[in-house]
Amino acid sequence: MVQYLLMKIFRALVTVTLIVSAAFVVLRLSGDPAIIILGPEAPPEAFEAFRRNWGLDQPIWVQYFKYFVAVAQGDLGNSMRDGRSALVVVGERIPLTLAITLPALFIKLAIGLPAGVVAALYRNTWVDRLIMMLSVAGFTVPSFVLGLVLAMIFAVWLGWLPSGGSDTWAHAVLPTVTMGLVGAAVIARFTRSAMLEVLGQPYIRTASAKGLLWRNVVRSHALPNAAIPTLTIIGFLVGSLVAGAVVVESVFSWPGVGRLLVNAVANRDLAVVQVILLLVGLTMVGANLAVDILYGIVDPRLRIKRLQAGS
Amino acid sequence: METLLSIEDLAIDFDQGKRFVRALHGVSLTVARGEVLGVVGESGCGKSITWLAALGLLGSRARISGSVQLNGQEIAGAPENDLAGLRGGRIAMIFQDPSSSLNPVHRIGRQIVEALKLHRGMTGASADAEAARLLDRVGIANATRRLREYPHEMSGGMNQRIMIAMALAGEPDLLIADEPTTALDATIQAQILDLLTELRRDSGMALVLISHDLGVVADMSDRVAVMYGGRVIEEADTGSLFDSPAHPYTKGLIAALPDIDGPRRRLESIPGTVPAPDRLPPGCSFAPRCAIASKICDARMPAFLPYGESQSHFAACVKCRDEKPAESARLSGNKHVLVPA
Repeated sequence: MVQYLLMKIFRALVTVTLIVSAAFVVLRLSGDPAIIILGPEAPPEAFEAFRRNWGLDQPIWVQYFKYFVAVAQGDLGNSMRDGRSALVVVGERIPLTLAITLPALFIKLAIGLPAGVVAALYRNTWVDRLIMMLSVAGFTVPSFVLGLVLAMIFAVWLGWLPSGGSDTWAHAVLPTVTMGLVGAAVIARFTRSAMLEVLGQPYIRTASAKGLLWRNVVRSHALPNAAIPTLTIIGFLVGSLVAGAVVVESVFSWPGVGRLLVNAVANRDLAVVQVILLLVGLTMVGANLAVDILYGIVDPRLRIKRLQAGS
Repeated sequence: METLLSIEDLAIDFDQGKRFVRALHGVSLTVARGEVLGVVGESGCGKSITWLAALGLLGSRARISGSVQLNGQEIAGAPENDLAGLRGGRIAMIFQDPSSSLNPVHRIGRQIVEALKLHRGMTGASADAEAARLLDRVGIANATRRLREYPHEMSGGMNQRIMIAMALAGEPDLLIADEPTTALDATIQAQILDLLTELRRDSGMALVLISHDLGVVADMSDRVAVMYGGRVIEEADTGSLFDSPAHPYTKGLIAALPDIDGPRRRLESIPGTVPAPDRLPPGCSFAPRCAIASKICDARMPAFLPYGESQSHFAACVKCRDEKPAESARLSGNKHVLVPA
């Protein structure tokens, strides 16, 4: 088990290294930050000074090596825009993003899981069709469209909620609901197919033949098994808590990490983009690791394999 | 013998979305107390669904008509709660693939205790002790330790023993064993069948043994029902069925069995395959594969009538009565004696 965990952590580190490198490559290839920050009309000496300041005049592999060492030491550089530590710049946005993504995650699970289970239990009835129709609508409509529609209805027509900004809790409602509904649609669909798969298994028939009432068959035999594949998608959602709100934050002018990312990319603020990419990568990798460990707890078949692999 | 379960004119239609397809065409069978009834036939002939339907386990896509009586009480169409009380209690069932018939995420012990709690109200330490006793009873060593293990840690044969232990938990009057050894190795098959015989002798419960393997059924059953195309086409005491099979299908099944003693011979096979439930021929459903079929067989499904001198041998075949047993005809001097009015 310990060996298995170490293996998983090692793999996670490799993934993180790849993310760090990809961030470097993509950002260096995508344009000269000196021109974007200083403007094309700045004097050549200013460009040179800027490049020397940020180490951009050195060979690319030296830059890469220095960058890597710095990242490893936790020094993620300063924002090229306002000179503050990029970590601080990003860090102060995280609570704002979590303020909408955490409640949205709750909505996703609270609506998506029961809807998927009910759709599977009432397969091919009008209940199932209605839930699946809403679900298909939910994940085919892009979240910015849904966001705009909700803003039009509740902000423009009804005037109940503000259409953008972050001054009060009321400002958080529309972005939260938008993300929650889209995510709920995805979860509902996934849960339904996981549940249908389980309901067709022979052990469900055994549980019925044993004399259990259907509701108990569902509760103690179907749901625990359906939870296993559903964990994967929940892990993915948890992993995207920090960065999953880019579009919605832009639509509702919510000053979270997502909007910071959009601005930083537009401004070639390399340090900030790097921090966000690393943050996203780490949360994804962390969530995946957590899912792997949970699998072992929920599914005894994996637990044994691990023991065999690990001991 | 006192009748335990009687199925009368049971028919099943499956909802295929646009239409209903009839999978079972009025099956009538009885099981006496303590009796072993063998049910044979190829895959898809309605063996399993007959008993699943009797217990109300076919789900909402199946429309069921006919009567199922347990000790004279009608249970077909009974409320779900009543049926649930019978399942596992009065009538238990074991299945073909034991390893996937046990829930992979629960320990063996929990799955057996669940049945004990349902049917005998046992909980806690007494339930655990009884579960261990049951495992011991079905020949699993280290019962207490095994209770804490999961199905995937056991072999198929072990899992079938666990399924049997779970079925015994409710002290049933009738055990329905649906192809209990099909997924197992030959040596394990024999062990499981021996176990079933032994348990039945001790407890006196009746057994319905569903199998496509006539050999398995021959060894264990008092009586055999042969099914084809959603109907019972022959039924007789085991001895009578093997000594003088009436229906060409039964003869074909017997001819396909190897002899243990006697000369080695080429095993015969029945040409063709079982027709799909929605493509049954208008007359006898076996006629397209039958060597002795003639025009009369295509006219209508033959009636299920007594055959030979035995009072308990029935067959649904028009031709078998003409062809039959030269020696009986010779003895009686008139073969029409064989066909009752």
